[in-house]
Amino acid sequence: MSFERTQEKLKILADAAKYDVSCSSSGSNRANKNKGLGDSTGMGICHSYTEDGRCVSLLKILLTNYCIFDCAYCVTRKSNDIKRAAFKVQEVVDLTINFYRRNYIEGLFLSSGIFKSADYTMECLVAVAKKLRLEENFNGYIHLKSIPGASDELMREAGLYADRLSVNIEIPTEAGLKKLAPDKNRADFIKPMVKVKNEIIQYKAEKKLIKSTPKYAPAGQSTQMIIGASGENDFQIMQTSNYFYKSFNLKRVYYSGYVPISYDDRLPKIGSEVPMLRENRLYQTDWLMRFYGFDVSEILNAKHQNLDLDIDPKLSWALRNLHEFPVDVNTADKRMLARIPGLGMKSVYKIINARRFRRLNWDHLKKIGIALNRAQYFMICDSNQFERRDLSAEKIKGLILQNSTSKYTKTLSNQMSLFG
Amino acid sequence: MQEKKLIYDGTFDGFLSAVFYVFEHKLNAVSIVNEFVVQNGLFSEDIIITTENEKANRVWTGLKSKLSSTGSFQLYYTFLSEQAGVENILLDYMRYAFSKSDKKIDKDFSHPSVLKIAQTAKMVGREKHRMEAFVRFRLTKDDIYFASIEPDFNVLPLISKHFERRYADQKWMIYDIKRHYGLFYDLEKVEIINMDFPQLFDFTKTDSDYFAKQEFEFQRLWKDYFKSTNIESRKNTKLHIRHVPKRYWKYLSEKQPD
Ligand code: SF4
Repeated sequence: MSFERTQEKLKILADAAKYDVSCSSSGSNRANKNKGLGDSTGMGICHSYTEDGRCVSLLKILLTNYCIFDCAYCVTRKSNDIKRAAFKVQEVVDLTINFYRRNYIEGLFLSSGIFKSADYTMECLVAVAKKLRLEENFNGYIHLKSIPGASDELMREAGLYADRLSVNIEIPTEAGLKKLAPDKNRADFIKPMVKVKNEIIQYKAEKKLIKSTPKYAPAGQSTQMIIGASGENDFQIMQTSNYFYKSFNLKRVYYSGYVPISYDDRLPKIGSEVPMLRENRLYQTDWLMRFYGFDVSEILNAKHQNLDLDIDPKLSWALRNLHEFPVDVNTADKRMLARIPGLGMKSVYKIINARRFRRLNWDHLKKIGIALNRAQYFMICDSNQFERRDLSAEKIKGLILQNSTSKYTKTLSNQMSLFG
Repeated sequence: MQEKKLIYDGTFDGFLSAVFYVFEHKLNAVSIVNEFVVQNGLFSEDIIITTENEKANRVWTGLKSKLSSTGSFQLYYTFLSEQAGVENILLDYMRYAFSKSDKKIDKDFSHPSVLKIAQTAKMVGREKHRMEAFVRFRLTKDDIYFASIEPDFNVLPLISKHFERRYADQKWMIYDIKRHYGLFYDLEKVEIINMDFPQLFDFTKTDSDYFAKQEFEFQRLWKDYFKSTNIESRKNTKLHIRHVPKRYWKYLSEKQPD
């Protein structure tokens, strides 16, 4: 391949792909076979980190940034005056293989602008994955974007070579989508998702009967929503998220704070702050839903439509539900331990393990590495020293905020000053 | 009673042979020391331990029957930390394990040696993962993908499997320049090797005398990629450095000045 040409294309097409925040390379189970190249059985490794602290584990590029659509929130939109480029299938294959061999990456994340038609674009993406698997015996990770509107046959083929498939719904509500991408419709996004979901179910059923059933998207599917581009509140966003997790068995929903890239007055102005803190709070909520046994309606509902920015959603829930506390760490079940503010699941397991040997007091808890600065207000242990003052929620919040300098305080004060 | 000092050859089997000796002679006042760090003991009696695989295996098998699988790998990881005095903490841990019938002592964090070993093993594990992530192979003129590392702990034995599984169809070498040995995979098996490098060999430079021509191109492309994937308006240097501590930068091609 010609080095200069490839270099130029890589710059353009990596730049255009960076707004997709997903970079996960875990959850697959593709082992190295026939002494080929690569293995995706592990956890997925971050080989580097961007200067904004995001994991770099995949070569994340667009096949092309030519696009026939004009979605307002997207740099690749037809009406945007930018340099365009397109990779050849072989170029992407060469880059992937050579980066992989040097241990730069776990694999490829290939997306694309839509050129000619959805099917034509999807066909090209599939061609890259197919070549990597069949000609190069590549067992690294492949994440392909499902192009909205692509046919079922192509989606079926895509899943045979890819570890993960994703369709970004981008805009959390249909109304928002109508406003910002009038020539797109929700149904086109849903269609490939349904197909992939059904294929995965079918694969799992067949696999039980016939061991040699070819793998189908072993790392499942994911989606992304842009936050802060179209005026939705957190309640709407998390409801959509919950719906997608439940209806399509998604592995992950990603939340991506909108990075202003356009003068279009339907959107936040260029130069306005990326809502990173809000994005973080949404991820925290997502975790509470998936790993901490919370129902989304406990955290966000008609009465609480937005997450607090100054405290995390678990603390916020606890302060609204003080009647559930204090929790006795020596007797409480896992579910309640997980609800104590400041305790992560790791700490929960540490407590459950350690209390098998003895009743735990504050000292034991400190020794096994439990951070108490938040948790102390919400728990009791084998000690007669505990928070006795009958503190109000406001008071506890004040004490906690006083004693913690959140890594987001700075961002927060910037964002707060907008309303000041 | 005078303390006995057992001196072993620095290998894991050597260490386990020393442990065997401790149990065989029912020693209490004892410390186990690596021959590379031993200092003249005025107040102790030195005993040189010969490494015997059979004895080592007996201790190891015994331990495995007493420990959960997490417990035994934490033990090995901690040994590889090479930290001063770590042998005696390991010995204390083993004694505790042999005295209990519960296999789950590795979770009893209120025991000081258990906690220490869990913490040390975690540090070693983190270094292992970092090496799996930050190793950067460079293609040499004789078609070997070469990487040099300087890990804080002796993690080569821990990463061997990972690279063998992943890079089964290319020759590769990972060299620990601090400990002067490396792993070499020749398309068949991984071997431990020692190498002499030219005197002024600079491990951080890609020299065209040794490295293939396309190596320079791919390093350039990777660096460009790394740059384009950054989102300026989200810059967060503190977070960045927490993920990639500065001491690792010299080996990362994307971090080299243009
Ligand atoms: S179709 Fe995709 S690439 Fe094209 S403008 Fe819309 S979001 Fe961007």
